[in-house]
Amino acid sequence: MRLLFLSLFLFTLMLPAHAAERIELPEHTWTFSGPLGKFDQNQLQRGFQVYREVCATCHSLSLIAFRNLGDLGYNEDEIKAIAASYEIKDGPNDMGEMFTRPGRPSDHFPDPFPNRKAAEAANNGAYPPDLSLMTKARHGGADYVKALLMGYTEAPAGFDLADGQYYNRFMPGHRIAMAAPLLDGAVDYKDGSPKTLDQYTSDVSAFLTWAAEPYMIQRKETGLRVMLYIGLMTLIFYLNYRLVKRRVKGA
Amino acid sequence: MESESKIPPAKKGIIGWIDHRLPIFSFMDHELNRYPTPKNLNIWWNFGSLAGIMLMIMIISGIFLAMNYTANTQMAFNSVERIMRDVNGGWLIRYLHMNGASMFFIVVYIHIFRGLYYGSYKPPRELLWALGVAIFLIMMATAFMGYVLPWGQMSLWGAEVITNFFSAIPVVGEDLVQLTRGSFAVDNPTLTRFFALHYLMPFLIVGLVVLHLVALHRFGSNNPKGIDITSPKDKIPFHPYYTLKDLVGLGVFLMFYSAFVFFAPDYLGHPDNYIPANPLQTPAHIVPEWYFLPFYAILRAIDFDIPLLLFTIDSKLAGVLAMFASVLVLFFLPWLDRHPVRSARFRPWYKIVFWLFLFNALVLGYVGSQPPEGTMIMIGQAATAWYFIHFFVLLPLLSKYEPVATLPKTLDEPTI
Ligand code: HEC
Ligand code: HEM
Repeated sequence: MRLLFLSLFLFTLMLPAHAAERIELPEHTWTFSGPLGKFDQNQLQRGFQVYREVCATCHSLSLIAFRNLGDLGYNEDEIKAIAASYEIKDGPNDMGEMFTRPGRPSDHFPDPFPNRKAAEAANNGAYPPDLSLMTKARHGGADYVKALLMGYTEAPAGFDLADGQYYNRFMPGHRIAMAAPLLDGAVDYKDGSPKTLDQYTSDVSAFLTWAAEPYMIQRKETGLRVMLYIGLMTLIFYLNYRLVKRRVKGA
Repeated sequence: MESESKIPPAKKGIIGWIDHRLPIFSFMDHELNRYPTPKNLNIWWNFGSLAGIMLMIMIISGIFLAMNYTANTQMAFNSVERIMRDVNGGWLIRYLHMNGASMFFIVVYIHIFRGLYYGSYKPPRELLWALGVAIFLIMMATAFMGYVLPWGQMSLWGAEVITNFFSAIPVVGEDLVQLTRGSFAVDNPTLTRFFALHYLMPFLIVGLVVLHLVALHRFGSNNPKGIDITSPKDKIPFHPYYTLKDLVGLGVFLMFYSAFVFFAPDYLGHPDNYIPANPLQTPAHIVPEWYFLPFYAILRAIDFDIPLLLFTIDSKLAGVLAMFASVLVLFFLPWLDRHPVRSARFRPWYKIVFWLFLFNALVLGYVGSQPPEGTMIMIGQAATAWYFIHFFVLLPLLSKYEPVATLPKTLDEPTI
């Protein structure tokens, strides 16, 4: 019977390994991996800078509000200033007209395109997906996003690419409609971090992991406390159980 | 109606006063405290109470989710993300519910295999078993409809595939599909009705669980030796021994559950469900949740038409029938396995067949997770065949030919 439990247990662990022809991703060590992992706020700020200066031209980040940027270590004034640098569409006003105004901390990041069709029209018919949940929506999460952004190579001989398609080692099917968005030196970091593709992709992937799960650290911290609490409780139950067992069964 | 003279006089105090008029406290004392239980129950008897607790956790977390969830195709996906990000403790409630469904199935599968191993479905517990199978069926429907609610890509396409099963039914099929969907394709009317049913069905399960317990308490628990308990020495009151044992089990189980909720909340799910549903874009692989995989494998195993004398059953209908049959056959188990000995401990032949069946079920689960290509198809078909051979050939044969061992009379009697 012990075997039964073990096999069922192993079975549940084996399952998510299903999707068939998955491409092996290079594994990166993230500050946030593992039960004790934490986000590195400086890295998140750099990642935000990459998103803002590069990805935001095409990709929305609709689930994130400016006020959430507090998690990255910005103070209230900085958040207000960041928000105000964006134009937000609002209205209708008393005259019945739509108008734009500077953003407020409670606003969400505005979409770069007025609608999906406009986004497709500007990108050769491909839709640049919203990035708020990107690391949760792909196998491999942050590892995938980093690998994808670094995975542009020459297409192997004989591999046909249509107009506006690029070869990428990690995109399923190897065809992607996004041109390599980052190059060495593309973003000007102020904190002295290396201005390399490797650094950019790590930073923006960390930032997107935060965007997909801003409560991740809270989740893990709560988890450790809950485990400790239940562990102690179980121990007490167990000791009690042993006592009662001796009395009831005389063993 | 009991004559008043038979009722003992009221005990002192408020409890006594109430209990005299509404014997709820003596009922609880009788069923939860003194309830005589075989003294040799092992760890596999923990999973019944765990299933009950999982049901409560699902209902409570579900009600809190429903307070913030919006059943509308335009808003459902974002309303779930709003729960995760902006509702206090929302991520916890949602992860508890999401992983809770998997935990519930793990517990119930173990509970079912416990029953299979120790022959808990045999007389006089046939109805107890049948109620359990009914609970399992409604649970599957509940989980399927729940998975549609967050309205991600797998929600939509899973619903599309599953509701499409009904179209295999001759004559009324197409109408039935439209009735379940509430429209031609899976759309807003589907989402709203699934939400209503997803809220309703867990309470039907509660009703069935009550009946399940009434039936259980009629003859009491089966036990690892599977013998009828005649000696009063072989039973002990449920409390405190089994309450404590159940609590220890609960503690260990909650740690297992928490490991997923807090450290790998998306491990058992599919990443595609974090992509908002898009009717114009079919995902590369549509895979159901892990707990449906064995049944999914059976569905896909029948890829050929079955000719009967006057007409043929086409492959699609045959697959759907096989899948439903694979669950419904459990109702008839007490009549397929008529061997007089309950526990596999005293049935060496059945024991082998049992482990093969379990292994086969795991193979089916694996096949269900793979794209139906190449050898997978054949393995799936062989495993499906084995599944039904187990019930319709092996069990009846064993009932007839497996020697009947001499059973101990009491739990303490040593067995050779
Ligand atoms: C010029 C516009 C443009 C820019 C700038 C851009 N992207 Fe994209 N991106 C796209 C398009 C278009 C797609 C859709 C590709 C497809 O479906 O083939 C896409 C797809 C993606 C995907 C999803 C790939 C998949 O698995 O489906 C990710 C992740 C991504 N981009 C990340 C980024 C990041 C991070 C940046 C900033 C460093 C960025 N993009 C900058 C246009 C852009
Ligand atoms: C038998 C018990 C139950 C099971 C097995 C079950 C199962 C599920 C599943 C699998 C999901 C999808 C989770 C996800 O991927 O996000 C879900 C979602 C949901 N369930 Fe339940 N559920 C149960 C009881 C309830 C109850 C009683 C309610 C109360 C109203 C409820 C309300 C919801 C809501 C609102 C959602 C959508 C939010 C979300 O997707 O996280 N559930 N359920």
